[in-house]
Amino acid sequence: MSAIDIQNLGKSFGRTEVLGGVSLAVGAGEFVAILGPSGCGKTTLLRLLAGFERPDAGSIRMGGRLVSGPGVHLPPEGRGVGVVFQTYALWPHMSVAGNVSYGLKVGGMGRAPREARTRAVLETVGLGEMAARRPADLSGGQRQRVALARCLAMEARVVLLDEPLANLDVHLRDTLEAEFADFHRRSGATMVYVTHDQAEALALADRVAVMEAGRIVQFAPPERLFREPACAMVAGFIGDGRVVEVTDLAPLGDGRAEARLLGAPVRLRCDPGERPRPRARIALHPGDLRLTEGEGVPATVTRATFRGHHLRAELAAGPDGGVSLCLNVAAPARIERGQRVTVALTDGWVLPDPSLSSLPTQGL
Amino acid sequence: MSLSVETGARPRRALLPRVPGEWLVLAGLVLFVGALSILPLARLVQAALFPGGTFDAARIAEVLGGRRVAEATVNTIWISCAATALATVMGTLAALLAGLTDLRGRTLWVFCFVLPLMIPPQVTALAWVQAFSPTSPLLGPLGLSLPPGMRHPLYSAWGIVLLLGFCNAPLVFLSVRAGLRRLPADLVEAAQAAGAGPLALSRDIVLPLVRGAVFAGAALAFVSSIGNFGIQAMLGIPARVPTLITLIYRRLNAYGPSALNDMALMALMLAGLTVVGMGLTGWLGRRGDQRVEGAARRLRLPLGRWHGPVGLLAWGYLVACLLLPLSALLGTALVRGYGQPLGPDTITFENFANALFHHEGIRKAFLTSLWLTALAVAVLVPVSVALGYVLSWRSGPVARLLQLASELAYALPGIIIGVAMILFFLRPMPLIGTSLYGTVWVILAAYLANYLALALRPNLGGYAQIDRALDEAGQVAGAGLIARLRDIVLPSLAPAAAASAILVFMSAINEIQTSVLLVSSRAQTIGPTIIFLDEAGSSTLAAAVGCLMVAVVLGLMLASLAFGSRLPEGVLPWRD
Repeated sequence: MSAIDIQNLGKSFGRTEVLGGVSLAVGAGEFVAILGPSGCGKTTLLRLLAGFERPDAGSIRMGGRLVSGPGVHLPPEGRGVGVVFQTYALWPHMSVAGNVSYGLKVGGMGRAPREARTRAVLETVGLGEMAARRPADLSGGQRQRVALARCLAMEARVVLLDEPLANLDVHLRDTLEAEFADFHRRSGATMVYVTHDQAEALALADRVAVMEAGRIVQFAPPERLFREPACAMVAGFIGDGRVVEVTDLAPLGDGRAEARLLGAPVRLRCDPGERPRPRARIALHPGDLRLTEGEGVPATVTRATFRGHHLRAELAAGPDGGVSLCLNVAAPARIERGQRVTVALTDGWVLPDPSLSSLPTQGL
Repeated sequence: MSLSVETGARPRRALLPRVPGEWLVLAGLVLFVGALSILPLARLVQAALFPGGTFDAARIAEVLGGRRVAEATVNTIWISCAATALATVMGTLAALLAGLTDLRGRTLWVFCFVLPLMIPPQVTALAWVQAFSPTSPLLGPLGLSLPPGMRHPLYSAWGIVLLLGFCNAPLVFLSVRAGLRRLPADLVEAAQAAGAGPLALSRDIVLPLVRGAVFAGAALAFVSSIGNFGIQAMLGIPARVPTLITLIYRRLNAYGPSALNDMALMALMLAGLTVVGMGLTGWLGRRGDQRVEGAARRLRLPLGRWHGPVGLLAWGYLVACLLLPLSALLGTALVRGYGQPLGPDTITFENFANALFHHEGIRKAFLTSLWLTALAVAVLVPVSVALGYVLSWRSGPVARLLQLASELAYALPGIIIGVAMILFFLRPMPLIGTSLYGTVWVILAAYLANYLALALRPNLGGYAQIDRALDEAGQVAGAGLIARLRDIVLPSLAPAAAASAILVFMSAINEIQTSVLLVSSRAQTIGPTIIFLDEAGSSTLAAAVGCLMVAVVLGLMLASLAFGSRLPEGVLPWRD
């Protein structure tokens, strides 16, 4: 049974549709990231899950129970979900222990068990010493742990996280990212993590749902998003991908295909059901290209930037330089603007024909 | 959960959906606003236009076409417009001075400039009248007081304009100051870089950008002028300058409830004038593009060598318009009989002793006002906190209608609410079986209707400062609306709620416009008492009561400054 089952969810604010036809099934204990650029509707999806908003269409089930649907709306108070807000939303006038135990208190738990559970939960997240402090006296990382402890105390089976790392500096992010993973492993809760940062999503999630303009364009494990993007948007959004056009696509039937990139023959990966096409688009990552002395695609370096352990070279290829490629060259190396090079393709993924696109969601 | 926490059971969760607390709260608010604002005003409209159940155009023409009514209408319109113009000029100049320059002693100056807004208008009128009396400790010794027997210059239409303008200038001041605070400093600095001097800067850059705020303030000043009973009655009745408000008051006093339907018609016309005035100023203010972008940053233009003259002018204004009348009021309160000069051998505290301890009527009126006001505060603060919650975080058509109704009840001249309340409560109440007319409960109902919008404003400001996620986190934790309001919202909102309590308290304790119609021998409040005392010739006693009221107002204003730093900017008008 899925922990969260979303069917055909739709939501509009005024005349603007922010979500349309969203369907998503999240397994119990799974860590799912919702990834997309700002304004894609990912936060609205989270707020619908929490019950802060009512959907205009479709339904949401949690643990088999209908919580949102036609004529049904269970308010957030009754859903038993945990939410970690972007600002953490710690109540400033309550102590750390007060924040953690408030849900138990309004839930009617007696004082003694409540205090015991609060103490135990705070020990678990390593804040046992801080129980009497005010949120304002805590560091960013400690605040996040209080927010997590609040979910832990409530024994929330579903925890929703709304860009919790968006306001933090890079150094703190890595540490806190590890804490989310740790929290997930220990609690076994189903987690839905909204973010616009692909690195976070790829690092944390079992599966990532990529959203664009109110729709889910692909729902797949991170490696698959990277290696087999479903469309140009995902290809461009994940891992510095580039989309270029090839001609004379000829699938070989085993998930491999041959085609021509600017006249040069290339070997590519593709869907086993792919059909021959005169033109197709492929997704490339910087690591899929290398400099070669032999046969390949001629190009001109338009920009070279130092990136530490490698150099990133932007290339213009094609008859009028209209095809832009990029590749990484291991440092130290000499590569300069204006230099003529030849590149060979080591890998590439044929984007499915958009006119034939089936359901964008793919299982594990 | 595979966690090493094994204490107690899961928190109890309701099996059935809980009683939706939000719906209960909303229903309560609808009932509150409906019974206190919407229904009485609807009853007023009905009594005015359909007194016998039918619409009678001839009767309306007869009532409104009378010579006295026409004269009062014309007076009302031109006096209000002239007073609004005066208040707008004074208020805008003051806001530019306090908002843009480094005037010395600015905090104190702002406090004093806003003070007339808080002093009951009837006290202000009394003080100004006393300013030219021989008792005035400032003008008297200078020989500038009026010779006995000469007609007092303030007892005239222009006197009313002057005082209304002075009293309402702070309203424009507050609006323009708020507009200046939203103004990004770099717009002004760009003009300075382009070579604009202070005058060009104000005229070409600042004023066009705060035009909306100027007109919004003018709209408030107009509403407040047209509905200001204290000044119109204290000066207009002796001067025989009738205005609509004083006409309604005098006719109702003379004829009693039998004149109610006609008075309702006149009140409706007054309401119509108010709404037209507001709409017109609002429309004027909205024209032209004044959208500004960019972060607001406080701007202070140094006055430099103008410090002396500008400071002299600014402080001189306060001395002339505030210190002079108030000191005269105190002087009058300190002598035995009106007209006596204040000196070592005439000074007496008898009036204060009488006002505080011996005069039965004053003491009873004061006590009635005190508990009525306390009750109004006790009801309005929680109601406005709940309404603020709905408006800030759950907005919908019902909530907006409630806000509109409460704003209307606040903006309309109090005397209209008074007439509406009489009409509404004259009939025997269901359940109780008797009429509430003539009891204090009608006054309480009028206070509640009148001041809901006033109580609401600081709370809306407070909500805007609270992260809504705090409330949502409470929802996720399973807390219902009432529990969240109590445990999560109120602790953060407390300063704003306290400010709303103080604003309501200060307005209601001195209230005169509605209560002057609703007071009876059984129910007296302190606000109208000054007028009754003055009409009865006890000027010195009236002055003493006025001094006490000013003292209460000052005390509350100063006390509120103690927690002012925890409030959103602009909630306490007198705080700079």
